[in-house]
Order: sequence, then structure tokens, then C-alpha cells
Amino acid sequence: MAHFTKATSVKDWLNQRLAVEKIEKVMASEYWIPKNINFLWAMGMVLVITFALLVVSGIFLLMYYVPTVDEAFYSVNYTIMREVDFGWLWRHIHGVAASVVFLVIYIHMFTGIYYGSYKKGRELIWVSGMLLFVAFSAEAFSGYMLPWGQMSYWAGMVITNLFAGGSLHADGLVEWIRGDYVPAQAFLGRFFMLHVFLLPLAIMALIGLHFAALRIPHVNNQDGEEIDFDAESKKYLDGDKAGSKVMRFANDFMSKDMMVVGIFLIFFFYLVFWNYSFAMDPVNFDPADGLKTPAHIYPEWYFLWSYEILRPFNIDLGLILFGFAQVIFVLLPWLDRSPNAVPANRRGLFAIWFWVMLSNMIILTAMGKLPPEGVFSQIGLVSAVLFVVQWIALPFITAREKKV
Amino acid sequence: MHNSSRRGFMGKAFGAVAGVGAVGSLVAMKKTWDPLPSVKAAGFTTLDMSIYKENQLVTEKWRGKPIFVLKKTAAMVASQTDEQKERDIVVDGSHFMLAIGLCTHLGCIPAYKGEAEGFLCACHGGKFDWAGVVTQVPPPRGFDIPPFKIDGNKVILGEVGPEYKQMKETGITL
Ligand code: HEM
Ligand code: FES
Repeated sequence: MAHFTKATSVKDWLNQRLAVEKIEKVMASEYWIPKNINFLWAMGMVLVITFALLVVSGIFLLMYYVPTVDEAFYSVNYTIMREVDFGWLWRHIHGVAASVVFLVIYIHMFTGIYYGSYKKGRELIWVSGMLLFVAFSAEAFSGYMLPWGQMSYWAGMVITNLFAGGSLHADGLVEWIRGDYVPAQAFLGRFFMLHVFLLPLAIMALIGLHFAALRIPHVNNQDGEEIDFDAESKKYLDGDKAGSKVMRFANDFMSKDMMVVGIFLIFFFYLVFWNYSFAMDPVNFDPADGLKTPAHIYPEWYFLWSYEILRPFNIDLGLILFGFAQVIFVLLPWLDRSPNAVPANRRGLFAIWFWVMLSNMIILTAMGKLPPEGVFSQIGLVSAVLFVVQWIALPFITAREKKV
Repeated sequence: MHNSSRRGFMGKAFGAVAGVGAVGSLVAMKKTWDPLPSVKAAGFTTLDMSIYKENQLVTEKWRGKPIFVLKKTAAMVASQTDEQKERDIVVDGSHFMLAIGLCTHLGCIPAYKGEAEGFLCACHGGKFDWAGVVTQVPPPRGFDIPPFKIDGNKVILGEVGPEYKQMKETGITL
């Protein structure tokens, strides 16, 4: 039977019941972080903080938002923006954070690709990270429906139509997702539920999985060095802090993380107060109208690259390539056949692959924003084809890589 | 041994109960997302076809969707190709293009730019002519035609008449 003694302090009382000291060690003071990492490793913490900002601002929006097709638009653009004291602040924080969070996610992802942080026991970190990307995409899309403006309506129309599967004509599936022939009350209600409850819950669970998957392999480092964490942490605990290759997560590494977070927050609130309009599409300041399409329908910037892969082709091929673009990143740990988990600049052809992939995705993003005409269509077509070719070539390039 | 087979049995028994419950709840969840009966019932619109002017596009509304009505000019009717003629709807001697005004690609509403240019979809650059035939991808086919029934100089949308049935059977519309 468990044996309890009279507690000598609050901490001891908690220790006997919750093992708080042990938990603190596993999660913080004896969670070892390599010393040779740079500011790019702080992006995870920046993401946690941005998610917290979304949750807090979302809670305040939720108190005045009305999820009906007649009132949603006015509850956002009139009640929240004009009547509620500081309502504009929550809305600006929410909108700017929803946009910036994707910028940070992309930096976080490409950092992982550059340093090979998806290999050698870190596959599950990568997979859970990609699931987070999918969940955030769904969260952003469902949130975009809520103000029920023109862009909400027409983005909802176009994106749900993707589920008809082109020539498969699964119109029944599309109507089932919408609960109506067109986006209407049933649609707004269910996307509201997804946005404020089910998807945030899934995101929190996935963040838990992401961190758990990180605990045993530990974070990678900028030199691709294989660190013996047991030996190095022993050195540290025995007093040789300078000679050890690792340090404590808290408070030692955290202090560096929070420094980066601080700089990020200054930039973030600069955007919230003075430069928020990039996160609010002007077209969405017109109420939804099912009989009038806006002149140009384009998604938010973070979806443009995959949207551009859909656009130049006929519907079936477009959908297949779009689906390909959505899932292919998940398979990276298995498509990369090389044994090297080192920075891309030491991996020969892979370095070129990396920089071409990054630049091409920026080009696709730019072309996705421009109207589908003339030379832009052609550049978009070439870029979309290049994207697919690069992924097909990846296993061949990496299989020939020499061990470094 | 005795014990473990008893546990095995309890495990299977619970599995069976949970399985029935899981299937049942999935059915309930699926059905809860189905369109409501009131949504399905509100599906008929009657159009008076005598009020339209030649070569002027009018957008009506049926089941929340825009419906294009374009009365064709005599010159248009005379110049129709077979593909255009198949989609022609004749009411009381006048020829019409009558179709769901949503791009068959992903559902934007194309804009009518007049007889020469036809319909242009701004979303991904699709084009249709004035008869509703697709002239530029990505849209995979011409405009879909809603179920209709001709009744004198009126057209009832949502009801299936012989003309519509024939179009459907020959694959002119989905
Ligand atoms: C997980 C990350 C989240 C993302 C990426 C996100 C994204 C978005 C986006 C893009 C909008 C439309 C913004 C606008 O037009 O102003 C929005 C609106 C909204 N969100 Fe979120 N959101 C997140 C989390 C949450 C949470 C946790 C809640 C509440 C518990 C919430 C509640 C709302 C409400 C009520 C609106 C409508 C009000 C408005 O449009 O300003 N969101 N969200
Ligand atoms: S929706 Fe018309 S071209 Fe895509």
C-alpha cells in the first residue's frame, strides 16, 4: 500500500501525491538541450505563444460573436469592432496571429528540413508536426467562414466543392458537408463548432503528441552531431557545465527562447496596432451574397502555393496534384533515402534540392495571388510541374548521397 | 487458464457491445449532418419566361443557387452548332439558355461579357459561350441545367419535365 507521511512543506505534500519534483525534472530541469543550436530552434516556443494569443483573443471574440447567417457579419463588423470596448484589439490580435502563425510554421518546417531533423528517431516529431499543420489549416479555414462576408462565402463554396472529387461528382458528399445545397445556416453552424471547439481541442492534443515525440530523441543541433545525452548530462550534473555539450531546458535554455519570443512579440504587436490590414481582406467587409462572386477569389497567402498547383490543370489532374502537394511533406522521412542527418549545405545535391524547393514555393505563392492570365499562368504551370518533379526526384538524389 | 478464458470472454462481450454502440453513434452523427427536411423541401421556383429581353442575362435564384436565363437573339439561334443546340430550351417559340450559374470547375459565378466573349470565370480563368458550352478549361463541362418543366409560357425549376429528362439521359447535363 502506498505510504504517506505527515508533510513537511507544501512541496512535500504535493510530492507525495503528484510527484511534482520528478515531473519537473523530466520536463524541465533535466530535459537536456544541446548548446549548439541557434535562434531557429526558438520557433516552437514562438508557436506555443502565438497559439495562446489565438485562444485568449478567440475567447473574447466568442462572447459577442453570433453564429447565424443574419447576424454573424454585424456581430463582427459592428458589435465587436465598434461597440465592444477593445473589441477591435481582440479581432486584430486574432486575425494577425492567424496569419503570422503560418509564417512561423513554415520557418519551423523548413528549419527541420534543412537540418535533417526528421530522421533517426525523429520521424514521429515530423509526422505530428505535419498533422498540426493540417489541423491549423482547417482551423484557419473554419475561422475564415465566421464573419460571413463575401470571401467567407465564396471560399466556403469553392473549397467544399473540392470534395466532389472532380469527375467523381460526389455532389452528395458536398451537400452533406454543407448540410444544404449552398453554404447557409447549417454550414455556418457546423464550422463554428469546429472552429471554437473540436479543432482547438485536436490542436492541443497534437501539441501534446509533438512534445512527447521530442522527449526521447531530444532536439537536433546545427552541426548534425550525434550527442550522447546520458554521458553529457552526467558531465553537467557532476559540475563540468562548461565542458558538457548540453544544458538544462529550464531555466537555462528557456531564457534564450523567451528572448526570441520577446522580439517576436514586439514585431507582432507592431502589426496588431499599426499594420493589421494585411490580415483582413477588404472583400470580406461586404456581407455574404450567394448571387454575386467577387472579381477575384484567392485564399489567404499561406494557402496560395498549393492553390497554384491546382489552378493550371483540368479539374481531375489539378485535384490529384493538389492532393499530392497536401500529403507529400508527411512522407519526407521515408522519401529521403540518405543516412545523413546533417545540415543541407553538407549534403551535395540535397542542398540544391532544398533551396530550389524553398524558392519555388515562394514563386508559387506569388503566382497564386496574381490573376490567372498570360505569362503568370505559364510561370505557375512551370513551377507546379517543378514542385512535383522535385518530390519524385528526391529518393533518387538522396539514395546516391555518400555518408559524411 | 480458467481465469484468462473468462477474461477473454468478458473482453469479447464488451467489444461486441461497444461495437454496436460505435456503429450506432456513427449513424446518428452522419444523419445529424444531413441537409434538413425543410432545406430539401424548399426547392421549387416558377419563372415567367415572357418577361425576358433578348441577349440580356438575368440571374434568378433556385435553392440558393444563381440561375442564368438568357433569351437568344434570332442571329444566335440561326448560328447554333449542334453542341449549342442540344442545350437549347424552347418555351412558347422563344429560345433560351437556362442553366445553373455556377462554374462547373469549383462553383464561382462567371460574368457575362456579351455575345462575342461569352462568360468569363474570374476564379481560375474558365470560359463558356452564350449557349453555356465550355470553351476554356479548367471547367470540365458546360453549365449544368437544373431540373425543369415547361408549362405554357412558364418554367418550374425543381420539377422534372420530359425535355429535362431527355437532356439528362443523353448526358447533356448531369
Ligand atoms: C488555433 C488557432 C486559430 C486560428 C488559426 C484561428 C483563425 C481564425 C481566423 C482566420 C478567423 C477570421 C478572422 C477575421 O476575419 O477576423 C477567426 C475568427 C474567429 N475565431 Fe479563431 N482561430 C484560432 C483559434 C480560435 C479559438 C481557440 C477560438 C475560441 C475559443 C476562436 C474563436 C474565433 C471567433 C469567435 C471568430 C469570429 C470573429 C472574427 O471573425 O473576428 N478562434 N479565427
Ligand atoms: S471556379 Fe470557375 S474556373 Fe475555377
